[in-house]
Amino acid sequence: MKTEENILLNIKDLHVWYRVYGGYLKVLNGVHLMVREGERVGLVGEAGCGKTTTMKSILQILPPGDFHIPRGQIFYKGQDVLKMNFKEIQSLRSREIAMIFQDPTTALNPVFTIGSQIGAVIKYSATFEESVHKEKIKTQSIKALKEVYLPDPERMCINYPFQLSGGMRQRVCIAMAISSPRNLLIADEPGTSLDVTIQDQIHRLLNELVEKRNTAIILITHSLGVAREMTDRIYVMYAGTIVETTTPEVLFKNPVHPYTKGLLASVPKISGGGIAKGIPGKLPSYLNPPSGCRFRLRCEQESPICLEEPPQLFEIEKDHLVACYLTQR
Amino acid sequence: MEQATNNEILKIEKLKKYFHIGKGKKGPIYVHAVDGITLNIKHGETLGLVGESGSGKSTIAYTVVGMYRPTSGQIMFKGKNIGIEASKRSLSSKKEIQIVFQDPGSSLNPRQTIEQILALPFRIHTQMPKRQFREKMVELLEKVELSPDYLYKSPPSIGGGEKQMVAIARAMAPNPSLIILDEPTSALDVSVQAKIINKLIDLQKEMNLTYLFITHDLSLMRNVANRISIMYLGKICEVAESVTFFEKPLHPYTQMLISSVPVITEEEENLKPQKVISIGEIPSPVNIPTGCSFHLRCPYKIPICSKVDPEMIEFSPGHIVRCHLFAKLETKKE
Repeated sequence: MKTEENILLNIKDLHVWYRVYGGYLKVLNGVHLMVREGERVGLVGEAGCGKTTTMKSILQILPPGDFHIPRGQIFYKGQDVLKMNFKEIQSLRSREIAMIFQDPTTALNPVFTIGSQIGAVIKYSATFEESVHKEKIKTQSIKALKEVYLPDPERMCINYPFQLSGGMRQRVCIAMAISSPRNLLIADEPGTSLDVTIQDQIHRLLNELVEKRNTAIILITHSLGVAREMTDRIYVMYAGTIVETTTPEVLFKNPVHPYTKGLLASVPKISGGGIAKGIPGKLPSYLNPPSGCRFRLRCEQESPICLEEPPQLFEIEKDHLVACYLTQR
Repeated sequence: MEQATNNEILKIEKLKKYFHIGKGKKGPIYVHAVDGITLNIKHGETLGLVGESGSGKSTIAYTVVGMYRPTSGQIMFKGKNIGIEASKRSLSSKKEIQIVFQDPGSSLNPRQTIEQILALPFRIHTQMPKRQFREKMVELLEKVELSPDYLYKSPPSIGGGEKQMVAIARAMAPNPSLIILDEPTSALDVSVQAKIINKLIDLQKEMNLTYLFITHDLSLMRNVANRISIMYLGKICEVAESVTFFEKPLHPYTQMLISSVPVITEEEENLKPQKVISIGEIPSPVNIPTGCSFHLRCPYKIPICSKVDPEMIEFSPGHIVRCHLFAKLETKKE
């Protein structure tokens, strides 16, 4: 599966800036990301490192008027998303890519019933030729709710979001995402606001659905443990750049980038042994990011070369790319 | 047991806290947030209190601090009953118990400077002249590795980790002996979390503190707590030393929790108990299920579970579990 050249999404050197008072927040600084058909990709990084911005730029749902994309391309099935007109983007959003948001309490509209919200997704994802009868919408939404193991789906349709618990709401969000066939599912921290046992249930459900439909998935998370259990390939992100990418087996055994190492050491382990000292410093300001490598101010192995140009992703072994000058010497 | 009572700093006995939320057909409706908890904390240890949201962890914390008045039960702190609201407690007992809240963004007043925030505990708990405050405050900031110029900053202008450090410094200010940490790092990233946790461990040794550490992160507890207790729907399920807790979890809920923790190494994967598939969700604390509160989600349930609420059993010294499965074993042994 992996070796075939069936690339679904290919982000090349993406830069996204936000316009603020006093200049631009240079959030994304050359993001490279590739998703093959049916592949499970994890995007890992700390809060504020640009994970959600990357995903929002794929769907073009960045705050209108406030952003600027100086450079970069996003190819979806060979077409550049950034050059699409409104109609093409709409069809991309309604038929090709679905997104599950982090907070299930705010992702659903509180004044509409669950049934009408899922129904809307099914209605607008149908192509022109397909007929969308009321009855058909209803049976399809019940089918989707059944697939996420929600009890009593017929009654669920006439419930409002506030009548459900957090875990159930997240299931509804997943049902909305899978109610019509999609090729790519973007899950933005689907389990973060939930408890571990519920998070475990949601992740198992996502895995099952993705496997059954052979949908590609991009799972955004800040938990390395989740990424390890859920994905085939992990991208580690820091301050708007991808610093390391490889398969989970290699990443957890042999991390190369100093940031990945520090991050892995900070995760508390159930085998005990205390906690490492963490990574010193904090994320740089996006208004005036440091020149060269954005991690250098927190890096213990900084050298003069790090000041000049931001390091590019470099293949140190097969399927293992790292953006650090230490590996290129 | 009697020897142990000497170095117990806090003893919670049959603590109940119900919240009245309205009238129903059969009388008033209550949220059973804490439903008969017995816990004790020894001097100088860290007790981890773990549970899902809605299990009543924070209610315990707030009741111990005095923000809530318990419905029934006792809270003994250094031999004195403090199961009354804070306004009726003596100033000296309030000084001894401090709390660090989950979200530093909302527990620090954004309109005050750090100086004003840190001055308050000194104003209340000491008779020091104002001039001496500053020295003490700089000392406190040094303890949490912040430079003195932070005194003039305001909370919105500093990062989340630094804010939490300020909140910790504030809690340390009156020289307490018990600090309640209510999910101090769950709003922060792992690299920042590691820094704060290490600082907390250092400060505990330095100032001879006792921690009641509330969290939902089990893997963090393994590295921080001496003992761990698991809460479910206002009741304790299991209490054990943290090492035995992970090596030999007894309660089905504990097993479910540990097996749901996402881990990062193969070694940890082997440590997990056999996968207990998690089903269902935590029931509403308004209508608590009859019998064992966990029986609706339990994969090993037996008929008795839905009828009788199990008792606390000491399975091995220091390892307490509340489950019918082990009650049976116990009687067989005898």
